Amino acid sequence: MKKRGLADRVVKVITWGCASCSLLGLGLITLFLFREAVPLFSRVSFGGFLFGAVWRPTSDPPSFGILPMVAGSALVTFGALLVAVPFGIGVALFIGEVLPQGFRDLLKLSVEILAGIPSVVYGFFGLVVVGPWLQGVLGLPTGQTALLAALLLGVMALPTVASVAEDAVAAVPDSLREASLALGATPWQTMWRVVLPAAKSGAFAGVLLGMGRAIGETMTVLMVSGNSPVWPPSFLSPVRTMTATVALEMAEAPVGGLHYRALFAVGGVLFLFVLLLNLVGELVAHRVRRGA
Amino acid sequence: MFRKPMVAAVVLLVGLACLAGEELTLKGSTTVLPIAQLAAEVFAERFPEVAVSVQGGGSGVGIAALIDGTCDIADASRAMKPSEWARAVEKGVYPYHWFIASDGIAIVVHPQNPLQRLTLAEIKDLYTGRITNWKELGGPDLKVVTISRDSASGTYEVFKELVLSGEEPSAPGMLFQPSNAAVAEAVARTPGAIGYVGMGYLNPAIKALAVAEDEAGPYVLPSEEAVISGTYPIARPLFMITNGFPEGVVRRFIMFILSDEGQRLVSELGYVPIRSLAG
Repeated sequence: MKKRGLADRVVKVITWGCASCSLLGLGLITLFLFREAVPLFSRVSFGGFLFGAVWRPTSDPPSFGILPMVAGSALVTFGALLVAVPFGIGVALFIGEVLPQGFRDLLKLSVEILAGIPSVVYGFFGLVVVGPWLQGVLGLPTGQTALLAALLLGVMALPTVASVAEDAVAAVPDSLREASLALGATPWQTMWRVVLPAAKSGAFAGVLLGMGRAIGETMTVLMVSGNSPVWPPSFLSPVRTMTATVALEMAEAPVGGLHYRALFAVGGVLFLFVLLLNLVGELVAHRVRRGA
Repeated sequence: MFRKPMVAAVVLLVGLACLAGEELTLKGSTTVLPIAQLAAEVFAERFPEVAVSVQGGGSGVGIAALIDGTCDIADASRAMKPSEWARAVEKGVYPYHWFIASDGIAIVVHPQNPLQRLTLAEIKDLYTGRITNWKELGGPDLKVVTISRDSASGTYEVFKELVLSGEEPSAPGMLFQPSNAAVAEAVARTPGAIGYVGMGYLNPAIKALAVAEDEAGPYVLPSEEAVISGTYPIARPLFMITNGFPEGVVRRFIMFILSDEGQRLVSELGYVPIRSLAG
């Protein structure tokens, strides 16, 4: 008895240690990110940084306006959601409501495999196959556009949306379905009018998490979006996202210089976006799991 | 099974190298980095007692390290600036520039583009958005898609200096690519594209244009000979910088780079050697 008590305590201490290490890591990353970024604002105004439309960090004098990048990230993410949400929720309903039990695991597995494809593979596929195809079909001067990035990110965010939404669909009690069918509703009406509304907050959480996935993705957009900080952006023009900017320019920004600090500030803005999305997503998902 | 003895052997070897050997540290330009790395590998085979360490970071970082005495050789894709000279003199460092190779930048278009040649001024007009359709240059009625490297690239800096006379490339909707290979790929897939790449990245899927300083010509295609003879206008020298006239292992390394063998490595990597090599 005594011995087991000791073992329990040891395991408890170890797990507690692991948990606090990851918390500490998060805290230190946040601290470092903002410590490196904040000195920028003694030289560049906060408004000019957020709402400036010109990004020329290596000019003399330099200009640090991230509006084209914020807009680029927003546009690409919005486009990705247009792809990922209908397909993701459709997949979730199909797995949960239509497929017979035996096939569910098979389809779930293939959706998970979709999530496991490295982003550089998506990027290369977009660059070599989808991009030139879009260019031909739409008669564009170049296929490297926001549209291409949005399509690819949509497919990449789909597994996130689908798996969270599928959990929510599975959590809908069978009594609801049975009641609906007993009242004479068709399976389609049951799925559309009863199950989906009951699962809606879970599906919403999936959408938010998918959004976090899309906005933070770097490699794919770097390869296919053209990386041009144009203002105002459109789906048929090249765009530059916040992630691509940091990835492109960090390697040679002199450490401690204004450009370096500006890139950390871009990272900070991105961090706040993703943090917010994840917090709200987790909150909603949590409520679903508790069945509220 | 044999892991432990191997680890022991490696530790022993490294230990011996540290005890008996000399150290050589190179730091600086990422453009020079491939040359420095390959040369260091071959050099280390020849002189196993020397531990050579090669780092990137950019020309500025390398030069600062040379002045602070934390590296033996600074790799640079530009000469030192007056402010750097002043700091070096202050610290008692006498920088000695060794011209070790040249780097030519090719202007490339899609192979279907009938255009054969451009002047520097025309390239500048394309990259600053004053020319937006190929028909303005006598080509087909096709929108120009300008493709640039990202602003962190050394190739970008040189292109800006030599072609745009210091202006930022600003054509609307210009594509920025993260590597020379990505520029080549994008040009090969875009009929209206114009891009610029290091000469080592030319391939049959893209077409290099002959370039002239002005309309009087001569128009010159990028080639090793044209860069060596100085007739190709978009080329820059690459340097290794030492503190004073080097001695010992630093001097051996510099001499190795300048030798026919070292220059052959330069040529293998797609850069331009400082002189024509026999064979």
